Amino acid sequence: MYKPIEIADGIYSVGCRDWDIRDFHGYSTYEGTTYNAFLLLGEKNILIDTVKEKFAEEMLSNISRIIDPKKIDVVISNHTEMDHSGAIPKVMEFIGKDKPLYCSKMGKKNLKSHFHRDFNFQVVGNGEQIKIGNRTFAFLETRMLHWPDSMFTYLVDDAILFSSDAFGQHYSGDKFFDDEIGDEIIPHARKYYANILLHFSPRVQALLKDVGKMNLKIDMICPDHGIIWRDNPSKIIEAYDTWSKQEPTKKVVVIFDSMWDSTTKMARSITSGIESEDVHVRLMNTRKWHRSDIMTEIIEAGAIVVGSPTLNNSIFPVIADVMTYIKGLRPQNKIAAAFGSYGWSGEAVKILNNEFSEMKLDIIDEGVKVQYVPEEKDLNKCFDLGVKIAKTLKEKLSKR
Amino acid sequence: MDKYECVCGYVYDPATGDPDNGIEPGTSFTDLPGDWVCPLCGATKDNFEKMDG
Ligand SMILES: Cc1cc2nc3c(=O)[nH]c(=O)nc-3n(C[C@H](O)[C@H](O)[C@H](O)COP(=O)(O)O)c2cc1C
Ligand SMILES: [Fe+2]
Ligand SMILES: [Fe+2]
Ligand SMILES: [Zn+2]
Repeated sequence: MYKPIEIADGIYSVGCRDWDIRDFHGYSTYEGTTYNAFLLLGEKNILIDTVKEKFAEEMLSNISRIIDPKKIDVVISNHTEMDHSGAIPKVMEFIGKDKPLYCSKMGKKNLKSHFHRDFNFQVVGNGEQIKIGNRTFAFLETRMLHWPDSMFTYLVDDAILFSSDAFGQHYSGDKFFDDEIGDEIIPHARKYYANILLHFSPRVQALLKDVGKMNLKIDMICPDHGIIWRDNPSKIIEAYDTWSKQEPTKKVVVIFDSMWDSTTKMARSITSGIESEDVHVRLMNTRKWHRSDIMTEIIEAGAIVVGSPTLNNSIFPVIADVMTYIKGLRPQNKIAAAFGSYGWSGEAVKILNNEFSEMKLDIIDEGVKVQYVPEEKDLNKCFDLGVKIAKTLKEKLSKR
Repeated sequence: MDKYECVCGYVYDPATGDPDNGIEPGTSFTDLPGDWVCPLCGATKDNFEKMDG
């Protein structure tokens, strides 16, 4: 519990910090996260979003330091995922279950599919502007960013954007604003984008264009996780623009796993080859790195190189895990190549190449396969593959 | 021609088609190729329902 923070006149952050969570639906959260919720006092007292169910009491107790929670008149739900909606049933029971619950059309449908009960739903349309008490809101449907129900609530009077998961970060600490934490927060925001939004990048681009056209004045962005962007909200908007363009940079990510370290040796030689061309490289063993951290590295890379030994006529299971995950998040504009050690049938490289082509990545080499333990000439081949990847990438970047 | 709605809320309108994915305006939902997916959420055609009216 922390002292609720007044973020603007009569507007409080009343959410909860989840210091302990380390696995957020399969996303590694080394610094925990927060579930942000916002209380707006006025002629009508309004609660925007809630928290995970198990934090419901904590949030109500935060609110009670400002007002009696029963005096909340209206709840707005920007997103039905349970980290933000989990406490809605308890909150509605507590404040009066017939009080209005504002959400998008898909929000109503999805809240019903989660809680299997009715609320006093007030469905708001895309672009709709309404007055609740003395405050004026505009709603922006942000469908599939990142769920069908997702929407933004824009408080017109104060130019504050309540952006749901967008612009959020899984970070929990004693800092609450961008100016308090500085650039330290950017890697957390990048990780969030890479793991939650990357595959919706074309929609992010479209949304940013729409918002640009609307000439929306944005003085503050309040996401549902992590810190609030009050000092320089355009910084995170610009970062989203960059990430969603998926422009390749002079960086290669080498991902591998290995049983007897033959593929490890190959990975190291490829890495040396890449480095010899002054291209940045990150070597990631899939049993040491969480898939969500690998994704964070990939987002800025211009090339991915994946290595796997052959196991039971297939790729190594941990590699399959990571490949499935990467594929779902649809990285674009990347060069790719595969490698791996094998014993007899040696399917892994071929399987990886098939995956790359389904992902529409640019395969620049048929890949390097080595039977059992690599000797010097094999490792030279790997080094040369690294050089080729680095050179191809540099050439591609010089043409952009 | 009938409009169809995806589970995610996206509406396929034959009048506009899905030009970003090579579907010309004027293409009815039933004429969409079998491997066409919702441009918003990626759901396959069987996740769509015909809309009333
Ligand atoms: C990051 C994320 C991505 C998701 N992607 C999809 C998806 O592509 N298609 C889908 O049908 N549901 C998707 N879902 C929704 C989940 O499948 C849904 O919430 C489900 O009820 C979760 O089941 P569980 O409680 O067993 O985890 C996604 C959920 C999350 C959190
Ligand atoms: Fe979410
Ligand atoms: Fe969330
Ligand atoms: Zn859809």
